[in-house]
Amino acid sequence: MTDNKKIGFFQSGTPWVWLNAGAVSISMIMVIGLLVLIAVRGLGHFWPKAIWQIEYEENGAITKLIGERAKTETVSARQLREAGIKHNFKEEFIERTLLKIGNRDVYGFDFRLIVAPLEKSVSLPPELIVLERTEWGNFYGELVEIEENGVTIQAGTEELWDKLSSRVERVAELRERIAGIEKSEIGAINFKMEKLRLRTRAMEIASRNNAEEQAEMAGTKAQLDADYDALKARLDVLYADIRRDAVTLRVMTGEEISINLSKVVKATRPNAMSILTKVQHYFGNLIDFVSDDPREANTEGGIFPAIFGTVMMVLLMSVIVTPFGVIAAIYLREYAKQGFVTRLVRISVNNLAGVPSIVYGVFGLGFFVYVLGGNIDQLFYPEALPSPTFGSGGLMWASLTLALLTVPVVIVATEEGLARIPRAVREGSLALGATKAETLWRIVIPMASPAMMTGLILAVARAAGEVAPLMLVGAVKLAPSLPLDMNAPFLHLERKFMHLGFHIYDVGFQSPNVEAARPLVYATALILVAVIILLNLSAIYIRNHLREKYRTLEQ
Amino acid sequence: MDKANSTIETQAKVNWRWRKIKDELMMRVVQVGGAAVIGAIALIFIFLLSVVYPLFEEPEIHESARYQLPSAALGPSLILGVEEQAEIAFRITEDGSVLFFDVSNGQSVVNYKLPISDDDAVLGMRHVSEASRLLAANLKSGGLLFFKHEYDLEFTETERIIHPKVVYPFGEEVIDLGESAITQFAVGENEDNLTIFYQNQNGELGLIGFEKASSFISEDVVLEEIDNSFLNSSHEPVALLVDPEQEWAYVLDDRGTLALYDIRDVASPDLQEVIDVTNKSSKPTSIEWLIGGISVLVGNDSGVVSQWFKIRSEGDVPYTLKKIREFKVDSSAVNKMTSEQLRKGVVAAAESGKVNFFYTTSERDLMTITATEGEVQHIAIAPRSDILLLEDSLGQLSAWDMDNHHPESSLSGLWGKVWYEDYQKPDYVWQSSSASSDFEPKYSLIPLTFGTIKAAFYAMLFAMPLAICGAIFTAYFMRPKMRTLVKPSIEIMEALPTVILGFLAGLWLAPYIEQHLPGVVFVLIFVPLGIILSALIWWRLPFEIKSKIPEGWEAAILALPIITIVMLCMSASTVVEGALFEGNIRIWMSENLGIGFDQRNALIIGIAMGFAVIPTIFSIAEDAIFSVPKHLTSGSLALGATPWQTLVRVVLPSASPGIFSAVMIGFGRAVGETMIVLMATGNTPVMDFGIFEGMRTLSANVAVELPESEVDSTHYRILFLAAFVLFMFTFFFNTIAEVVRQRLRRKYATL
Repeated sequence: MTDNKKIGFFQSGTPWVWLNAGAVSISMIMVIGLLVLIAVRGLGHFWPKAIWQIEYEENGAITKLIGERAKTETVSARQLREAGIKHNFKEEFIERTLLKIGNRDVYGFDFRLIVAPLEKSVSLPPELIVLERTEWGNFYGELVEIEENGVTIQAGTEELWDKLSSRVERVAELRERIAGIEKSEIGAINFKMEKLRLRTRAMEIASRNNAEEQAEMAGTKAQLDADYDALKARLDVLYADIRRDAVTLRVMTGEEISINLSKVVKATRPNAMSILTKVQHYFGNLIDFVSDDPREANTEGGIFPAIFGTVMMVLLMSVIVTPFGVIAAIYLREYAKQGFVTRLVRISVNNLAGVPSIVYGVFGLGFFVYVLGGNIDQLFYPEALPSPTFGSGGLMWASLTLALLTVPVVIVATEEGLARIPRAVREGSLALGATKAETLWRIVIPMASPAMMTGLILAVARAAGEVAPLMLVGAVKLAPSLPLDMNAPFLHLERKFMHLGFHIYDVGFQSPNVEAARPLVYATALILVAVIILLNLSAIYIRNHLREKYRTLEQ
Repeated sequence: MDKANSTIETQAKVNWRWRKIKDELMMRVVQVGGAAVIGAIALIFIFLLSVVYPLFEEPEIHESARYQLPSAALGPSLILGVEEQAEIAFRITEDGSVLFFDVSNGQSVVNYKLPISDDDAVLGMRHVSEASRLLAANLKSGGLLFFKHEYDLEFTETERIIHPKVVYPFGEEVIDLGESAITQFAVGENEDNLTIFYQNQNGELGLIGFEKASSFISEDVVLEEIDNSFLNSSHEPVALLVDPEQEWAYVLDDRGTLALYDIRDVASPDLQEVIDVTNKSSKPTSIEWLIGGISVLVGNDSGVVSQWFKIRSEGDVPYTLKKIREFKVDSSAVNKMTSEQLRKGVVAAAESGKVNFFYTTSERDLMTITATEGEVQHIAIAPRSDILLLEDSLGQLSAWDMDNHHPESSLSGLWGKVWYEDYQKPDYVWQSSSASSDFEPKYSLIPLTFGTIKAAFYAMLFAMPLAICGAIFTAYFMRPKMRTLVKPSIEIMEALPTVILGFLAGLWLAPYIEQHLPGVVFVLIFVPLGIILSALIWWRLPFEIKSKIPEGWEAAILALPIITIVMLCMSASTVVEGALFEGNIRIWMSENLGIGFDQRNALIIGIAMGFAVIPTIFSIAEDAIFSVPKHLTSGSLALGATPWQTLVRVVLPSASPGIFSAVMIGFGRAVGETMIVLMATGNTPVMDFGIFEGMRTLSANVAVELPESEVDSTHYRILFLAAFVLFMFTFFFNTIAEVVRQRLRRKYATL
């Protein structure tokens, strides 16, 4: 290559090679850029954000604004003017900030657009407080006083803040107890009541008039009612208890607003935090995010049910897809006569991996839900009709649909693994007198197991990210209960479930307050991407490992 | 020893048998399991087909009963009707008897008599509105009597009993229309108004408008006259019509012309147009509304029914009547027509006794029966279109069972242009639902297919150069060490859930590009230029520096210049937009170039879906190039060709089938992708290929509409058809790709 210079630049083909290199570069930059974008936005969501106090000039008057800077961008002065903001700034480019001022119940909207030249002074007063609430989003303000049963508690600023923190913790504990009672205990009673109702209905349908049975059922019902009343009484006490305290905050307009602590989830003073506390809060937020239930139409709170639903569905799918995929692969590779038909089947299986997922969703809805589910309802759950049991989308149908969607992946991967096993190994086993089944069971399958594993992991990764078919067969924006609980039969295959991917779609595109929910969507996306990339990396690792193994075997 | 030996032997035999059994068992299990999985996969195809098939099934009709007219002594009927459950029908005779009878056997159920005096008689009857079951009777003593046929349902333990009755919504008084009886009439009725259009004994055409007012005393509705007028018609009217909204009246006269009057002002009807509806000297014999009151059906004496409606005209009058389509019923004259009550189907009877069922919008000729030896006098279709009741001139009634679920779908309707009512011209339209109840769904798959192909086209436009060039470089030029890094990264890109790509495209990329449109154009121009410039600089660099980095790392070197160029372009974007496009390129474009701009457009889809397709194309194309036998390239290089020459002349020609199959598979993926298009397009079914316009694809359409569609309805089946089309489409492309790939593999194996 030293004589490069003898040929011309273009003649040598160098620019074209470089253009090709550029394509790789661009692709890599896009992949990495995308991951970084999701990671930065997703991880940033949990960091306690500074609360700015801004003296803002508006129509000649100075107003005080308090809030988080949600987004800052540079716009041209002209664009600003077209957006309807009258100004006479000298600068050609102006920084514009989307300020999250929260307090939606007080102001009616929780974002404001402000421009840098009108920000007369900015500060980060340490005493500013953020309250995360169960409704109406965040609340920003200065702490004024705390009331206990309507009686004001007097204390210095710091002391007052400590008191508030401990009270918020107390409320959190109470809330957990209430949720415990409502969800598990009352949930169980409701579950039994529903069963009882269905039993009564079943008796009606069969026109069975068994006085003994009816008496027994009446007894159970009375017992359940009594249990419920007892729980209700306990709940009432707890509810009274949780409403004991109220906190009064001064908002940016100077108004003093009193908020009952029962509505407060978290109280923080981000401006007063040291880096260490911020890190602590960061991880606290992260843990809350993956372990809490969503609030306010999914735009606040955590995503635990979505994670749980995704995991349940994927597990169930794996249980279905693994044996069938492996058996089909063994059949194709070991038992079926290798000929035109097998080739045809193999091509079809390969192609099915490329069939759009929505087609599987359509099939799942039409066949599993309406045909199978409808008939199951007719046969086994006539008492629940007309409300469907299995006749509408649910966990089982979603898992089955995705199993069908991913079965080609498992078949292809397993077949590849089986094909890699040298003939000699098989023949050796058969020559020693083992039957075909024994050879398969003891020799071939164990050797191909990493390939099956790869197939399964790829299947899981695909299933976890698939949304389109789930929209048709059972994923919902908010499932009232998890598909797994303490009520027999524990696993409720007919229930609808939440799913991370569907959650992203729903919160990002169907929610009433997209702007407020956006960070949460990024965070959800980050978790989904992380899971899927991990799964894929492990599949790649296993595959490479496997190749090494057989390379040594073949020599 | 012997004994022990023999026990061991028997033991071994038993063992052997047991092992044989296990072997056999495993084989069976695997065979059954394997066949089941393959069967399940085949089931998808069969099931989709089985749902789609009824769309194109021929409807069935068969005679279920034939009987003499009930209470035949009262003479032939003036009108026939069937209630919703299609169990009870009624007929009305000249003396004012309303006779309800069982559809299945003609047995009388109950009889009523209209409140008219004994010497009075009914001259003619009309259904005013089949939906509200209102009828009008033209009395010999002069005037019209309005009444409804209604049904009370009673449920007992075992069955449902229907009790028919007659009610008088405007009281039992006769609406007076002058001294003498009228010869013919038409009534238009909606929730608030009622208009009567009639011809009296003197041959005058009269028009009276009423307002429905609720009476103070009872819950009855009283008709209050608003206005009236008379029209002149120089020729003898044959038939009259008024539309339900009472805006237009039609008069068919004995010359074979149809006159259209604007009657929005009842006091001064305005003649809009007179149009000749004779067809090759065939005289019109009857006119009738198609349900909805927009189209007029004209039957003529050579057995043809034509559909007409008014479209906006460019002439002096705002509207002009236009013949839309026609149907051949029989060779004899059409004497009776009735439209279905919920759909746009029509039953027409000819004088020969033939009865033909056709569907207007889908232009399907559904079925023809020979109903009678005589002539069909009256036709009644049950509201749910499951029973057809015919009365003939021989005094017989015949009931026909109809199995006709999807007449509105036809291949020409799904894939061709259809002229829908109130449209200016035939068009491809997808509009499956609407807020109004008397809406006709429009199912043309063309806009959706167009959207799908458009989305896939832009995605391929973005993905193909990047993926193929990237594959070429990675497989042929790149250092193996870098390759082990690049390949898995791009494969991971394939695994990224498309919902995330869609979300980023819709919520991040779309607004960003909207703000930086000139920047995107700069990137397209300057990035390739920048790459070549970088190459030139590298070329000119002294050998000492170049030798530090071996060849094959160009991609890594380029990362920095590319990022810099992109950032520069984007920051220049706002400046250029301000300087050249008055600060807003979108407004500038629509004002100066007439190009509209949707925020979620084909450009966004191209990038986002291209991103999803790149890894698919890349990894298959890379495999194909990489597996070109090394001795081919070594030979070429040894003969003195440059690496680029070797690539273009040796490697690419032999790998091109592989690259082709990669593109096919990528295209298949782009066609079926759902979430990205769902989230990053506006989902409007427009037919515009512009890069800044949105689209609606087959897959997104299925995802949006299927959960809401009623099971086994036409809409449901058409959505299944869309899924089936997607399935076949991708299956076809993938099969081609797979076959090409397998051939290539075999070719390499022999080389």
